[in-house]
Amino acid sequence: MTTGGSMYSAAEHGLHDKAEVAEAVPLWRRMLRMRETGLIVIILALFIGMSFASPYFLTWANIRAMSMAFAVDGLLVIGMTILLISGGIDLSVGSVTALAMVIAGWLFLNAGVDPWIASLISIATCTGIGATMGFFVTRVGLHHFIVSLAVMVIARGACLLGTGGRPLGLYTLPPEFKFIGQGAIGPIPIVIIIFFVAVIAFDFMLRRTTMFRRVFYTGSNKKAATYSGINTKKVIFLTTTLCSTLCGIAGIIYMARFGSAQPTFGVGLELTVIAAAVIGGASLNGGSGTILGAILGVILLSVVSSSLALLDVSVYWQDIIRGSILLAAVTIDHLLNKKRS
Amino acid sequence: MTPPVLLQISNLSKSFGPVRALKGVDFVLRKGEIHAIAGENGAGKSTLMNIIDGILRPDGGEIRLDGAPVRISSPAVAQRMGIGFVHQEIALCPDVSVAENIFMAATNASRSFLMDYKSLNRKAAEVLRQLSDIEPATMVRDLPISKQQLVEIAKALTLDCRILILDEPTAALTEAEAQLLFGIMRRLADQGISIIYISHRMVEIFDNCDRVSVFRDGTHVVTHDVGDITSSDVVNAMVGREISELYPPKQAEGDKTGEVMLAVRGLSDANRFHDVSFDLRRGEILGVAGLIGAGRSEIVKGICRLEGEVSGSITLNGEPLDTRTYRESIAKGVVYLSEDRKGDGVFLDLPIDANVSALRLGQVARRFGLIDAEMEAGQAERLGRKLNLKCGSLADPVSSLSGGNQQKVALAKMLSVNPQLIFLDEPTRGVDVGAKSEIHRILRDLANDGVGIVVISSELPELIGLCDRVMVVREGTISGEVSGADMTEENMMHLASVTGVQEETA
Repeated sequence: MTTGGSMYSAAEHGLHDKAEVAEAVPLWRRMLRMRETGLIVIILALFIGMSFASPYFLTWANIRAMSMAFAVDGLLVIGMTILLISGGIDLSVGSVTALAMVIAGWLFLNAGVDPWIASLISIATCTGIGATMGFFVTRVGLHHFIVSLAVMVIARGACLLGTGGRPLGLYTLPPEFKFIGQGAIGPIPIVIIIFFVAVIAFDFMLRRTTMFRRVFYTGSNKKAATYSGINTKKVIFLTTTLCSTLCGIAGIIYMARFGSAQPTFGVGLELTVIAAAVIGGASLNGGSGTILGAILGVILLSVVSSSLALLDVSVYWQDIIRGSILLAAVTIDHLLNKKRS
Repeated sequence: MTPPVLLQISNLSKSFGPVRALKGVDFVLRKGEIHAIAGENGAGKSTLMNIIDGILRPDGGEIRLDGAPVRISSPAVAQRMGIGFVHQEIALCPDVSVAENIFMAATNASRSFLMDYKSLNRKAAEVLRQLSDIEPATMVRDLPISKQQLVEIAKALTLDCRILILDEPTAALTEAEAQLLFGIMRRLADQGISIIYISHRMVEIFDNCDRVSVFRDGTHVVTHDVGDITSSDVVNAMVGREISELYPPKQAEGDKTGEVMLAVRGLSDANRFHDVSFDLRRGEILGVAGLIGAGRSEIVKGICRLEGEVSGSITLNGEPLDTRTYRESIAKGVVYLSEDRKGDGVFLDLPIDANVSALRLGQVARRFGLIDAEMEAGQAERLGRKLNLKCGSLADPVSSLSGGNQQKVALAKMLSVNPQLIFLDEPTRGVDVGAKSEIHRILRDLANDGVGIVVISSELPELIGLCDRVMVVREGTISGEVSGADMTEENMMHLASVTGVQEETA
């Protein structure tokens, strides 16, 4: 080795190692390793098994019902996944979704506000709630868990206060508004179209844009992100706010679908949403997760619920089974990760 | 008469994935000796010590204690065998008292239901008296780093040990504190306790130890009585070739008149450093020495606007560097390589190419902020080649790489923005010898190309070998500067530890 060797001679060494650098793993191999593949296999297996167990399962009506069930929750799962990737968590999604319904419903019913304007006000309010949580987390320095726990309780209280605890029947909602939640283009419900557009858009953005790449950096290693010149507080503030905005949108869609505002809607929904994201590969430590995985997670949970209902399993068992699925998925993932490292 | 052998290690091996940290190591520790271990970062010293202390389990080989083969399966087992370990990193609970920290193990083993603070403080005071005037009831978080290091040592002294391992205990200590420690070490050795002493400082090894073993690249090279060997023999054994070849050639005498590219004047922050002034000339590599906790990293982070508010003036290439955030500093081409690679230098679980692009994502993005995967991979490949990065696929997570290659990824991240000025904090910590000299060569090439290079290192031989000039930081300010023939370990250690009072008498 010459002492005066420049980095260019080092580069020549590098050329020899080029072969080992560029050797790409074949696509099918990579796909096998992806967690999404495993989820798809499990979901397909459930479909095949259930189609034998119940003749009703594979009917259009049932598939449509199942899709409607996970489509709106899917919006919440998107927001939660992005928030989890940035290293946060939000327990208030169920209550804030309900609050979105109540605010829009109340404005429409009691103040005579146009339902579209009422919806915008409601979504803006939810965004404000998210921004407030983001403020407490990034500026005051509290933990996401505590802040969102408090907001979960406050938002639920506000729902009950605004409605006296009873659902607001919104019988006079104009049909074009109800169309968002109940209509269909051809055989495909609008709700499902909204869901697919959101999934594709967010999945693409998460994979490709610099904006969301910063979310991964922040969640993977907050300090390293700071040391890369990334404003991690801003990132966390925005992901926290986005999650609540999506709650607002989901709440409005639910209101259009039900034709009412239900103050007790979504109790325990946060757990389903977090479970779906985690089953789909999001880590509570931040830095990992995909929209596709999270959506498959929510589909899996929904198919399981629907199957259990069709098989006449008691609703009380359903929670036990869903909890067990979550535990199993996380355990398998943890063990696989350990093996890899 | 040679004292009996206490610990005998033969043919010990240990691998971490593809990296062979120990390749059939032999090592003999005699009763009552102070045995120095020398070797560069990544030579396998820490791995060996962690095996002796039961933190790691060897893949193969044999450990005999008092002639009988033993399996040291955990630190608790090691403690029962009488092995005590003072780690280089301080591992104390900051929110409890000094006394409780010292007797953590004893409290854990205690059968009594209630804590007896009175006797705890009394016993702690007895141990501490020989080391320092630390009050046993003080919270550890309120102590400066050097006192915390002394608490660590006190903690080890209370264990009734036969073998005491000290891993660079003086890195945070002043000369006076270090002398106290050496006195205690000698007394313990006279009582028949064997001490393994790890240090980068030749002076300490030759003044205070009986024998020295040199490690290189996972192998044991040689063991000698310190009387039979010179410090340059040890250094040559550590690096495996003549020292002059290890480091890239320095700046020629005639080139030392490059224009001043960075001028720092009267830089202070709230409490960790004050009135720091220095110049960096184009083409030179400036070293920064000092004890751990002296404020070296803080000064550099202050210049980069990574932490805290600073006052004073910084001029880069004749223009004031008036950035307010690190983001703005990066935009001006001023970057900082962190000392804690895994903690804040890289994103361990993200792919290599996503790490390299992190400082300026816009460079690998097209319209609408869409990242172009090919551009991103291309950037990583180009810089990876420049730095001779060895990896499987650029899509692999950084955690799959060895320490040296991880550091190259961190360095590639810095180079991706074509920096004008790079501050490197312990750039070769935990890096193997080969990668280390590659990194040194890269830094010299960058300096020759006109990039400003400032290197902080605790490894004094590295500063001497690599830098053209070294400034020494003591208690938050520059205490002196050495260059040329004055760049010796003794001079730097002296500048790093003398206090104002001693200066007057000197």
